[in-house]
Amino acid sequence: MAVAREDLLTQEIELNMGPQHPSTHGVYRALLTLDGEKVVKVENIIGYLHRGIEKLAEDRTYTQVIPYTDRLDYLAGMLNNLGYVQTVEKLMDIEVPERAEYLRIIMAELSRIASHMIMVASMALDVSGWTAWFPPFRERERILDLFEMTCGSRLTVSYMRIGGVAADIPPGFLPALEAFLDDLPQMIAEMNGLITGNEIFKARCQGVGKIDLETALAYGITGPNLRACGLPFDLRKARPYGIYDRFEFDIPTLNNGDSYDRFVIRLLEMEQSARIIRQAMAGLPGGPVMAKVPRVIKPPKGEVYHQIEGAKGILGFYLVSDGGNKPYRLHIHSPSFVNLGALPRIAEGGNIQDFVVNIASIDIVLGEVDR
Amino acid sequence: MENIFTGIAAYIKGLLAGAPPWVQTLGMGLMYLVGVLAFIFLNAIYLIYLERKVSAYMQQRLGPNRLGPHGLLQPVADAVKLLGKEDIIPRGADKWIFIIAPVIIFIPAVMVYAIIPFGKGMIPVDLNIGVFYFLAVASTTTIAILMGGWGANNKYALLGSMRSVAQMVSYEIPLTFSLLGVIMLAGSLQTSQIVAAQEKVWYILLQPVAFLIYFIAATAEVNRAPFDLVEGEQEIIAGPYTEYTGMRYALFYLSEYANLVSVSALAVTLFLGGWHGPWLPSWLWFLIKVYIMIFIFMWVRWTFPRIRIDHLLSFNWKVLLPLSLANILVTGVGIKIYQLLTLGRW
Repeated sequence: MAVAREDLLTQEIELNMGPQHPSTHGVYRALLTLDGEKVVKVENIIGYLHRGIEKLAEDRTYTQVIPYTDRLDYLAGMLNNLGYVQTVEKLMDIEVPERAEYLRIIMAELSRIASHMIMVASMALDVSGWTAWFPPFRERERILDLFEMTCGSRLTVSYMRIGGVAADIPPGFLPALEAFLDDLPQMIAEMNGLITGNEIFKARCQGVGKIDLETALAYGITGPNLRACGLPFDLRKARPYGIYDRFEFDIPTLNNGDSYDRFVIRLLEMEQSARIIRQAMAGLPGGPVMAKVPRVIKPPKGEVYHQIEGAKGILGFYLVSDGGNKPYRLHIHSPSFVNLGALPRIAEGGNIQDFVVNIASIDIVLGEVDR
Repeated sequence: MENIFTGIAAYIKGLLAGAPPWVQTLGMGLMYLVGVLAFIFLNAIYLIYLERKVSAYMQQRLGPNRLGPHGLLQPVADAVKLLGKEDIIPRGADKWIFIIAPVIIFIPAVMVYAIIPFGKGMIPVDLNIGVFYFLAVASTTTIAILMGGWGANNKYALLGSMRSVAQMVSYEIPLTFSLLGVIMLAGSLQTSQIVAAQEKVWYILLQPVAFLIYFIAATAEVNRAPFDLVEGEQEIIAGPYTEYTGMRYALFYLSEYANLVSVSALAVTLFLGGWHGPWLPSWLWFLIKVYIMIFIFMWVRWTFPRIRIDHLLSFNWKVLLPLSLANILVTGVGIKIYQLLTLGRW
């Protein structure tokens, strides 16, 4: 006797995934409605890491805000520094010395590589590819060593200053960087051999969490996640800031917009970032690393919005000045927050295992989501 | 060296010679049980160490290296730590089911060792339906996992135990069918006879496909990566074991490693010639082969990502099952052709 599905009493269950869960990449909580293992509905619940950075900034001088920006996307501190200081410089019309500009590019791109390394490592781990966690982390350690050489910190760098950078690079930095860049292709090849070409990994990721370009644009997704949908949009090319217009690099794009493409595009972007760093190393001029800026930074009354291409997408800073020595209002447009907004749409219909892959593939950092 | 264990057994038997028959049976049974338990515990404890070292080797790490030479005392420290942990029973748990599940899971894990020929003349109970007994007892593990998952009253645990039922029930079928090829060749279910039949040719050479199917299905059967969906850490924390602490948790892990050893031992018995081998004592050969199998299991675990539940099931029903059936057919036809050629009759 055949039993129709309708005759069976089945019940949807609600599952709180997080804030303590191995694969939510921080203190993120998803309220999942499950039909068996199938995810019917996803609700994002955030705020567990809210520290009120925007409000805190209103009570700190412009320079004192810089360390707070490290704590936004703590995996790419340099990029946050860069976005913030360039915003203030834009408001004050400060000319940054050439050497500082080049150092900023080198550090920012290193940060981008480090952030992408975390993404590929943790996505591999989230499909239980334990061994693939290690090559990216091994190489990332060398980036952090380079940061430590330069500014003493590894994650919360606070390296950029309004008008330049905090310190010049020490001797030994450039050879170490050169060696790192030489070894990077080997790490990428290791990842490709271990994970990217693995049948199980492909089966787990290809076609999972697919999002088409129109929907992605409607949700405001930016960064590698958008480029994985096929749109070659990168602020470094579209609206170059700093001295990005001097470098030659490609914008890798893939067309499927699924988790697999979001993974692969990070590996491709690492190669492009390495290209930029090599050019910046070749063209690195001498000279000071700080512009002559007043001791007390008092931007003129007004407001400014500046955005850069962060590791996860467009990172924007909106700054209002009332002419005093503290920001009147600072708003941060963080890419992780926007990308996370599309997760319910991406994840619905898959099962729990797909959901984990989807979180990993959109690469969120909770420090940036909650601010 | 060859007769060290059989010698001990004969000595104990000699001591009991004057006693009534039931005391003899009981005494020998107890001796076998103690022997098997010692084997399981020593192996399981050092397998945890081995697993950590193997994974470290594959991941360019050192692994445990602080406690004792090369970290060899690490398992002892782990065991002491687990013993000292608070034993938590969640308030919402179904208390008795929750408590007995780790005990029940350990029983089949020990029982299956009864038919393993550890060496020449070293088989605890030489059942004439040995392989069948192994499969029948091993399949009851599912019940204990389901009990643990259900009793914990935790959604992750429930999801994990449901996965375990789906997975184990499915993979048992190709596992059994893959062994049928060997049984047809040997003409016996008795493990001692299967080993004896492999004196000249190991069955892995005659049944390579069956060995492959057995390896895959056994990986799924003992919940090891890439089929470790039951305790898929990244999705469902630790599956049925989520709420377990201390010694209860350790029992689950112990039985998991005991199962790993037993499926490796069965693979050695049925495909790799059992204890047959030149020069070295038979039990040492058996151990070496078992550890080669275990190393391959570990190698797979630390290389492959985890498969998805629907792929897992469709792979089983659409690939492994037809393949194992085809293997039985080919084996049967092959046996008949062989008989026709050598004996000149069907």
